[in-house]
This record gives sequence, structure tokens and C-alpha cells, in this order.
Amino acid sequence: MKIEKMTMPIYMDYSATTPVDPRVAEKMIPFITEDFGNPASRSHPYGWTAEKAVENARKEVAKLVNADPREIIWTSGATESNNLAIKGASNFYSSKGKHIITMATEHKAVIDAVREMERLGYETTFMVPEPNGLVDIEKFKAALRPDTVLATIMLVNNEIGVVQDIEELGNICRENKIIFHVDAAQATGKVAIDLEKLPVDLMSFSAHKTYGPKGVGALYVRRKPRIRIEAQMHGGGHERGMRSGTLATHQIVGMGEAFRIAREEMQEENARIEKLQKRLLDGLTEIDETYINGDLDKRVPHNLNISFNYVEGESLIMAIKGIAVSSGSACTSASLEPSYVLRALGRSDELAHSSIRFSIGRFTTEKDVDYTIELLKEKIGKLRELSPLWEMFQEGIDIEKVEWAAH
Amino acid sequence: MAYSDKVLDHYENPRNVGSFDKNDPNVGTGMVGAPACGDVMKLQIKVSDGGKIEDAKFKTYGCGSAIASSSLVTEWLKGKTLDQASEIKNSAIAEELALPPVKIHCSVLAEDAIKAAVADLKEKKK
Repeated sequence: MKIEKMTMPIYMDYSATTPVDPRVAEKMIPFITEDFGNPASRSHPYGWTAEKAVENARKEVAKLVNADPREIIWTSGATESNNLAIKGASNFYSSKGKHIITMATEHKAVIDAVREMERLGYETTFMVPEPNGLVDIEKFKAALRPDTVLATIMLVNNEIGVVQDIEELGNICRENKIIFHVDAAQATGKVAIDLEKLPVDLMSFSAHKTYGPKGVGALYVRRKPRIRIEAQMHGGGHERGMRSGTLATHQIVGMGEAFRIAREEMQEENARIEKLQKRLLDGLTEIDETYINGDLDKRVPHNLNISFNYVEGESLIMAIKGIAVSSGSACTSASLEPSYVLRALGRSDELAHSSIRFSIGRFTTEKDVDYTIELLKEKIGKLRELSPLWEMFQEGIDIEKVEWAAH
Repeated sequence: MAYSDKVLDHYENPRNVGSFDKNDPNVGTGMVGAPACGDVMKLQIKVSDGGKIEDAKFKTYGCGSAIASSSLVTEWLKGKTLDQASEIKNSAIAEELALPPVKIHCSVLAEDAIKAAVADLKEKKK
């Protein structure tokens, strides 16, 4: 095999991860080399300096979501935060009942944590969203039971970018004395979050979706009314016993700086990204037989998830090597199953297979968007020339009515 | 997915893309797979009066290796008798394209498409 220098494609996968903002990286570096102290060391200035930096970062994270810094617990990322919240709260409050409500379109870190609770004897309800990806409030109310202890619903969906009505759902939980956890990994810097007003008890955050480093996250644990969780990681009693383990000072400093930048710049940035999203949407929907997955209005501007009918996702990804995107196609996943999120919306397997998630962000330019549109137009045309399904569609054959031999 | 150069070549320059008139008595059509599974192959063969395959065309909805597998077999089919065509095995396709294990089913599908096209033609000739 020839080894050639790879020219990197245009990055359109900001929902997978974001680059660390150079301002963030700059802040982090001294805490790797010079100010390397353990923030738990109380006996010398190395420790004091690190502790000060950690507490400053905690304030920044709290400020972005209008919380008290004492309500922020450092973790290794949103997966850990979700696990800590779901397992920790349902275990602590298990005397109230053993029923958990979530959604079929949650991130795997929530779904699998809830599945683990099932194994421990809890009953669960996985709500199926409406075809636009949103929870129906009445159906949510109907799913509540007297023994429901916890509800966990994500704020912004990672695949389709839809924004759930967390306030309404939280109010219902409050009325019914149900702990309410929200996975906000994809939301920070994209939608305004005010935890002083929002009836949310636990909220998960990630740094690397918001231009911070990978490997660090946080869990918001409400103080008034006070929410208790059982620790999942036992050890030195860090983070008031809720999460033991030496704090990763440089990572935490990075998250703090990333969230500070998000707070100061999100308004302006989102206005710019919204324009790019509209440009991308207008351009791509000029292509025939395209379907937008997820509600277009209740959606972050950073996400566009589109199915290009009669074209298979993996071959499309191969054709558009000039851009880095992700697909709901089975062929791009290890499991060979098409996206469970799109399936939960009631999308056919074919449309799930032919979906592409474009996620844009801080460093996306108008030129990137225009290139993407031109590339997609050309390659979709080429692949449809190759597609027997497109040919059948052109001949007026209803593909749904053809009896396929499943294999 | 790291594909072999051969898969990439067939994917980027697919051979014999297109369709014959499926009602032509000398054309056999095989359509296999299902959209729900992510791949559908349509393979057509055109036989001469002597019974040899003189031309083959395909259209494939599927991943890169499905496209490459069907493109490859159109090349292999030309000049073969129907019996020789039926002897093409998926393992030979997989080997030629160096398909990774998760993509072996694409070569199986290509073999099925040949068999279906041959069966369709034989049915017409009855």
C-alpha cells in the first residue's frame, strides 16, 4: 500500500468533537509543566496554585449555566456524568420507587446506564419521540408512575440536533417529586441554560463538545432543593465524596476557559452559525428526494441531518472524502445496524442508511459550506446514476411495495 | 473503512454501469438484496445466440465493496457460458478485492446476483 501524505478533509463533524480553541490550549499548558501541583495538596504553593485554578474553572462552568460553583462536580466526561447521575440518584432514592423514564433517542451513555439499572431490578420506560424527534408532553405525563424515581432526557440530541422542552418536562417532574436529569453534552455554548430558573436536578456536561479538551466533564448537582447521589467512584473523597480521584488540573482549566469563551461569544457565534446552516440547508435541499431528520425549528443551528434517498450512506461518505461528516448508515457502524435515533423517529431503514449528519461550528466558513454543497450535488448525482433504486423511482415504481428478499 | 486499491478503483471507476431492456429475450436480470439491508444489486447479462455472455451491466445501491463486487463480476462475466458464470464463487470475488471480513456479504450478494440473472435467462429460454 502506498503511503501518501493525507490532505485533511474539511471538518463538518463538530458534534463528534470540536478542536480545542487555541486560547484554551494556551491556558492549559502551564498546568502540565510548571503548575503541576495536586489541587488536593494543602501544604505547599504547588497545591494552592492548582486548587485556585480548579476553583476558578468551576466558577466559569457554573457561570455559563447560571449555577452555584458548589453545584459543579468534575468528572472525566459526559459519559461518566450520565452514569453518576443515573446510577447515583436512582440508587440513593430507590426507597421512592424503582422506575426510570428516558427516551429511545438518548445518547448510549444514558441508554446503557439505564439498561444497567434494569439489570439491578429497576423497571424502565423508553419513550419514543414524535417523528420530529421531540417528546410529546402528554405522553411524558402518561408515562409517569407513582414509583417513578428518575427521568432523564437530553437537552440537545447529538444526531439530529433537536432541542427538548426541558423546562416543561422539569416542571412535570417537580410536581411529581421525580428527580430530573438532563444530558446537556451537546448543548453548552449552543443554547442558553439557566439552572436558577430551570427545574433540573442533575445536568451532565462535556468539555470537548465546546472547544475544550477531551477527558473532562462535569455534573451539576442541585443544592436547593438538595439532591443526593451515591458515589460510583470511591477513593480519596474528592468532590465532596461524590467523585473520588485526583483532579486533572490542566483538563479542568481547559474546560473552564472553554466555557468562559462560550458564555462570552455564544450569542454572536450562534448568529453566524445560523446563517451558515441556512446556506447549507438551502443548497442541499436543491437536490431531489432529500429529507431533513428532526425538527427544523426546535434545533441548534450547528446541526443538519439529511437523508439522500436512493443513495447508500457509506458509499456516499466514500464519495465525499473532501469533507469529514458522519452517517447513520449501518455500514459505518461497528454493529451493522442503522442509526437507532433515526429508526426511533420512524424513518425507514433506507432513509436511515442514506443519512448524513453535517455539524458545523466555530471554525466553519462560508467557503466550506459552498464547497460541501457543490460536492454533494455532484456525488449524489453520480451515485444515483449507479442506483437501481433511483432508476425504479424514476420509472414510477413504489419501492415500498416491492417484495425484497431480506438477507 | 480501509479498502484495498482494487475496491477503490472499481468504486471510483465502476465498469459497465447501466441497464439493458429487461424484456429483451436475450437479457437475463438478477435483482438481489433489499433496501432495508443497505444493498440492492441489479445485474444484467446479454447472451449471444451461441449462448455466451457478450455483455453485462449493473446498478448497485450499497456500500463501496458492494459496488466494487458487482462492477468486478460484470468484467468476469463477459465471454463466459451460463454454466461457467454460475461457477463464479463469492470467495473468488472476496479474494480478488481483498474484502475485509465484515464485507464478505457483498461478495455473496454478487454471486447471488449472477445466479438470479442466469436463472431469469434460463426461464426466458424455456
